[in-house]
Amino acid sequence: MTTAAAMPHVGHGEHAPMGFWRKYIFSTDHKIIGIQFLFLSLFFLLVGGLLAMQMRWQLAYPGQPMPGGSILPESMAPGGILLPEYYIQLVTMHGTFMVFFAIMPLLVGVYANFLIPLKIGAHDMAFPRINMASFWTAFLAGGVMLASLFVPEGASRAGWTVYAPLSARPDLSGVLLGQQLWSVSITLLGLSSILGSVNYITTVINNRAPGMTWFRLPLSVWALFITAILGILALPVLSGAAIMLLFDQTIGTHFFDPPAGGQALLWQHLFWFFGHPEVYILILPAMGMVSDILANGSRKPIFGYHSMVFAIVGIGFLGWIVWGHHMFMSGMNPTLGSSFMISTMVIAVPSAIKVFNWMGTMWRGNLRFHVPMMHAVAFVAMFAIGGLSGIFMAATPVDMFIHDTYFIVAHLHYVLFGGSLFALFGAITYWYPKMFGRVMHPGWGKIHFWLTFLFYNMTFFPMHNIGMAGHMRRIYDPTVYEFLQPYQWTNKFITVSAFCLFSVQLIFFINFWWSLWRGKQPEQNPWHDNGLEWSLPNPAPHGNWERVPSVYRGPYEFSSPEVEEDYLPQNRKLPKDPEPPVLTGAVS
Amino acid sequence: MPWWLPVQASSYAPQIDGMFLAILIITGLAFFIVEGGLIWFIFKYRERPGRGGGRKAYYTHGNVKAEYVWTAFPAVVVVGLGLVSNHYWNEIKGRDSVPADAYPIKVHAKQFEWLFTYPGPDGQLGTDDDVAEVRNRLHVPLGRAIVLEQEAEDVIHSVFVPAFRLKQDAVPGMHIRSWFIATRLGEHELACAELCGMGHYKMRARVTVQPQAEFDAWLARAAQGEIE
Repeated sequence: MTTAAAMPHVGHGEHAPMGFWRKYIFSTDHKIIGIQFLFLSLFFLLVGGLLAMQMRWQLAYPGQPMPGGSILPESMAPGGILLPEYYIQLVTMHGTFMVFFAIMPLLVGVYANFLIPLKIGAHDMAFPRINMASFWTAFLAGGVMLASLFVPEGASRAGWTVYAPLSARPDLSGVLLGQQLWSVSITLLGLSSILGSVNYITTVINNRAPGMTWFRLPLSVWALFITAILGILALPVLSGAAIMLLFDQTIGTHFFDPPAGGQALLWQHLFWFFGHPEVYILILPAMGMVSDILANGSRKPIFGYHSMVFAIVGIGFLGWIVWGHHMFMSGMNPTLGSSFMISTMVIAVPSAIKVFNWMGTMWRGNLRFHVPMMHAVAFVAMFAIGGLSGIFMAATPVDMFIHDTYFIVAHLHYVLFGGSLFALFGAITYWYPKMFGRVMHPGWGKIHFWLTFLFYNMTFFPMHNIGMAGHMRRIYDPTVYEFLQPYQWTNKFITVSAFCLFSVQLIFFINFWWSLWRGKQPEQNPWHDNGLEWSLPNPAPHGNWERVPSVYRGPYEFSSPEVEEDYLPQNRKLPKDPEPPVLTGAVS
Repeated sequence: MPWWLPVQASSYAPQIDGMFLAILIITGLAFFIVEGGLIWFIFKYRERPGRGGGRKAYYTHGNVKAEYVWTAFPAVVVVGLGLVSNHYWNEIKGRDSVPADAYPIKVHAKQFEWLFTYPGPDGQLGTDDDVAEVRNRLHVPLGRAIVLEQEAEDVIHSVFVPAFRLKQDAVPGMHIRSWFIATRLGEHELACAELCGMGHYKMRARVTVQPQAEFDAWLARAAQGEIE
């Protein structure tokens, strides 16, 4: 890449002092925006978790008053007993909050913002004001979605996938305003993601430091770059579909209403055309950050760097042609099902390549089990389970049985919690010193890791078992079915485990806040890492570098025989290294 | 508490379960390789400050041969699985897989009940002698191919009979056919598998598999309105 675009930019290290509002609230600093996304999405992670706890109570003890449930209004839980219409709101909003407002902004909003400029050696994002707009649009979207829980009739009742015509017809779902707010919020969130993606793509292409060639990019940046491309192509489809849905609900169009000439399956095609790339939006950044952490913890170069990049790109392409596997039982033409089945099988290959390369990275390493490393290894172990269980549902005849059962719920939580969330716990701990200039307490970090790992598996692994029994998703009371009654014990076990899993997150929460003020001051490069971000003080100043550093090598030169230490930062010049040519104009 | 799949009560349940078992063995093997490998590496290559202090990791950027192996091997396995899946898929769900002599039963799904319509003595649906709209009771003769003519009135529902391993959405505006041959006498449950509103959880029907003679007798009584 030798094109040089002349980029005007704001970050020259010298900044006039700013007031509180400009510095922390309406900030254009990518690091502050990343931190804003962090607080926003951790809040929604908590909300999503609280909703899940209520669902678990109902599944284990159907019809019994929930402890503390009496604070809920009569329209949700009279006498603390959850109503069916409230239960399906919980189902819907748990999924909606976790996917759109917790995991997605945690991965992309936080780490694309925070890491891309720091890791490629840029002063800031290419479009800092668009970046600020992206956060505040997401904030507004979150507010609208949260508000929908409190309007008359409550929130959407159609599941996070809001299948039409249930979602399009208030007379059939029993909720009008809540469902409209869902559509409005998702449209706004789509806008936020589009604004963010434009920024991430442009920044990675244009603002890399001298010497930061494509194949010297850390895998986290590669993954975030491909994720941004997926985002800018997928989110407009979702927003478009959400607007069509809103029109069906408000101005009397009938896109999704069959009696009036609409099509029910149209919604599913639009939703999953977005929704499957979305699945990779929710895992690729986690894969990238885990690669960074795993190489660091193994003190070894990442095994097969180029394969890892091609696997990310391959997933990015294949992710577009698998959406129909969500619709095998939908009435879609079975021949079309066959082709989606094959493409789905094939997408397992790049995932397998990644798992084997992570193992190759650990092989003959010098494994240093700091807290982020523990989470990264757990990510590999749990993602492998989630990936393997995906093969069951990719096989169409087997899917005929396990589709829409708890087997699916187990699978998606192994990928989204065991995968993405473990990676996030690792990433939060890993880059915490860079964000806040403190280190999270490692002892409590390890306790939190082990308890989470234990209760996580106790919660989600038995879901495979009840899924194999045919336990349907999204049902309010499993005891209605005779064939599920022998499994009620399992449901109770899962619920108790889930309560424990939720409770031990308090350790993380306290550690996070306590460390903000009382955490140890880190040395400048606490993990002995090679990334450019560690050449800056903790926390890094607005504008990052006075002069952006030059880059002499890839990001994973651990245990290199060229130096005595077991790490070799990307910007450390050895006598043999030539000065790199300037790649972009964004250099002071 | 049972640890395996439910009882097999349809002609294709053994095929689906066999496929499940095959995938379980293959993925189980991969599971032990990955998790076992991870645990082994965690112990074997952990940093031990006491011994050989300052040891460095093995410096390598990878191995092209290894990349070929672990790209090609999973690719062959999953494409193989895909071909086997496709064979059964076409047999069970293909548009022309419905046996020609299948006995038709109309399934009308609506919030939150199942209405089954049986053909009368002429064996045809849509004629005057139909036994119309039997609520939440699906009776089928043993060993005979049945084709469900599925429709939905309001929102998407999904016919799910775990014992038959049968699942097929019923979609408003679409006419979808699904078939099975019941192979086991007795009662089973039919559930709605697609969220269809607040009563989704109780949208349940009873499936009774009986010998042809008993079925005929039951249908005759149903035609007289003698069942609830």
